[in-house]
Amino acid sequence: MMIDIQDLRVSFGDGADAVTAVDGVTLSVREGESFGLVGESGSGKSTVLRAVSGLNDDWTGRIAVAGTEQGPKRQKGFYKLCQMVFQDPYGSLHPRHTVDRILAEPIAIHGLGDADARIDRVLRDVGLGPAFRFRYPHQLSGGQRQRVAIARALVLEPRVLLLDEPTSALDVSVQAEILNLLRRLRAEHGLTMVLVTHNLAVVANLCDRLAVMNRGRLVEEMTVEELRRGAAREPYTLQLLRASLGYDRATAESFRDYA
Amino acid sequence: MTDRKTTDNAPLLEVSNLRVAFPTRTGMAEAVRGVSFTLGREKLGIVGESGSGKSMTGRSILRLVPPPGRVTADRLAFNGEDLLTASAKRMRDIRGRRIAMVMQDPKYSLNPVMTVGRQIAEAYRVHSKAGAAEAKRRALEMLAAVRIRDPERVYDRYPHEVSGGMGQRIMIAMMLIPDPDLLIADEPTSALDVTVQMQVLAILDDLCSQRGMGMIFVSHDLNLVASFCDRILIMYAGRVVESCRASDLHAAQHPYTRGLLASLPKIDEPPGDLPVLSRDPAWLEA
Repeated sequence: MMIDIQDLRVSFGDGADAVTAVDGVTLSVREGESFGLVGESGSGKSTVLRAVSGLNDDWTGRIAVAGTEQGPKRQKGFYKLCQMVFQDPYGSLHPRHTVDRILAEPIAIHGLGDADARIDRVLRDVGLGPAFRFRYPHQLSGGQRQRVAIARALVLEPRVLLLDEPTSALDVSVQAEILNLLRRLRAEHGLTMVLVTHNLAVVANLCDRLAVMNRGRLVEEMTVEELRRGAAREPYTLQLLRASLGYDRATAESFRDYA
Repeated sequence: MTDRKTTDNAPLLEVSNLRVAFPTRTGMAEAVRGVSFTLGREKLGIVGESGSGKSMTGRSILRLVPPPGRVTADRLAFNGEDLLTASAKRMRDIRGRRIAMVMQDPKYSLNPVMTVGRQIAEAYRVHSKAGAAEAKRRALEMLAAVRIRDPERVYDRYPHEVSGGMGQRIMIAMMLIPDPDLLIADEPTSALDVTVQMQVLAILDDLCSQRGMGMIFVSHDLNLVASFCDRILIMYAGRVVESCRASDLHAAQHPYTRGLLASLPKIDEPPGDLPVLSRDPAWLEA
């Protein structure tokens, strides 16, 4: 197992104000697998990802990545293994750093050396090419920025890529390009991917397996093949499936809250 | 939609050769380049990617394009009345009362230091001579009409105390309380979860059919617009490249529309590379 999560719990706030964002989630992702984590806002899907990546250090349970048990604080070596791409490429790149400097930083932190060749290679890998190397983020389109963010994650040659809504800030034509890029990179580098999204169609396109979350709990795990057939068992998943098919007056009427 | 449509054949809105331009260091940049359409009492969807000019088209109808942007048109008329030459005072009467607009994010569109109930009541009092008690009664009715379960309780809440979906319903209540003839909704549901989005659309749908209201629905979501609207305009680089009945979107002719449709991942399709849109410079002039 590449990622193994047992009974993960995350809560925010104290006493009466405490909110349990993740409430006993257990799941595992095989090496080389692409796993989708689906849910509506507040379902806890991003919080699970942030706990795995080490961005959230206040959790209980067990998280193991590549067979190594992880504590709240991560060693530097962990980030060589596991990298993350965020939703908003307008917010996740330093506005005053060139692409070159953005990509050189992780190489310097990990003391990898040979920065020049690595940056050149990774830029080609994400389909940008050397012409983009000395540009600033404001000189790039949203799709190009997201490619830089992916390049920054890949420059360390990680084995696991965590993706938090990587295409939801992009236009659909650009989304298609990024999804194709992620599929190619996964095949070429044998990456394990965890993709957090609210978009079931994106999961169907990129993942092998998925888990549906609602209010901090894992509602259902299924294969993408089952998703494609609409073979969900839980009423919440079925509702999510119906909602993603487009507007229908009668369907909208049938929606209810699932606790 | 109902009898009001058949008895009232005059178009609600006429737009002909609408242009919106912004001065830049390198000359005028045109965001909207000659858009024409007429709108009856129907739901018209305007679809396009970012920068296609869809939002600017919606805003220019209410003359809300910020300076130094310049709006010109051969004709921009609401119920036969020219909006481009209307006085600022006349526009204030039209905005809200006759044409209302719902923006994308309720977080930035509601007044954070005023309870939502008072904001809705204020929207009513600005456009009618009603007293405070009457306005409150109408505001509570309106909150119930957008299916807020406990209107009395929500009335006294501040915007930060309500969820995104509820905030958007409050916005819609506020826009609809003066009973406008035309609603311009700019991505009204993009910030919402899919299930809440469906519920908000159902409310808008009912209000359109019950009141015989016209609606312009600006969105980037092709499937949503196709399933919700009656008619669709597809915009690219400031122009309408194609217009069709919503039900005929799958049979769209323009390569841009077809490319957009093809690039959408679909739940029931096997994984694999998606066709990528290659933009033809000729589309800019088409």
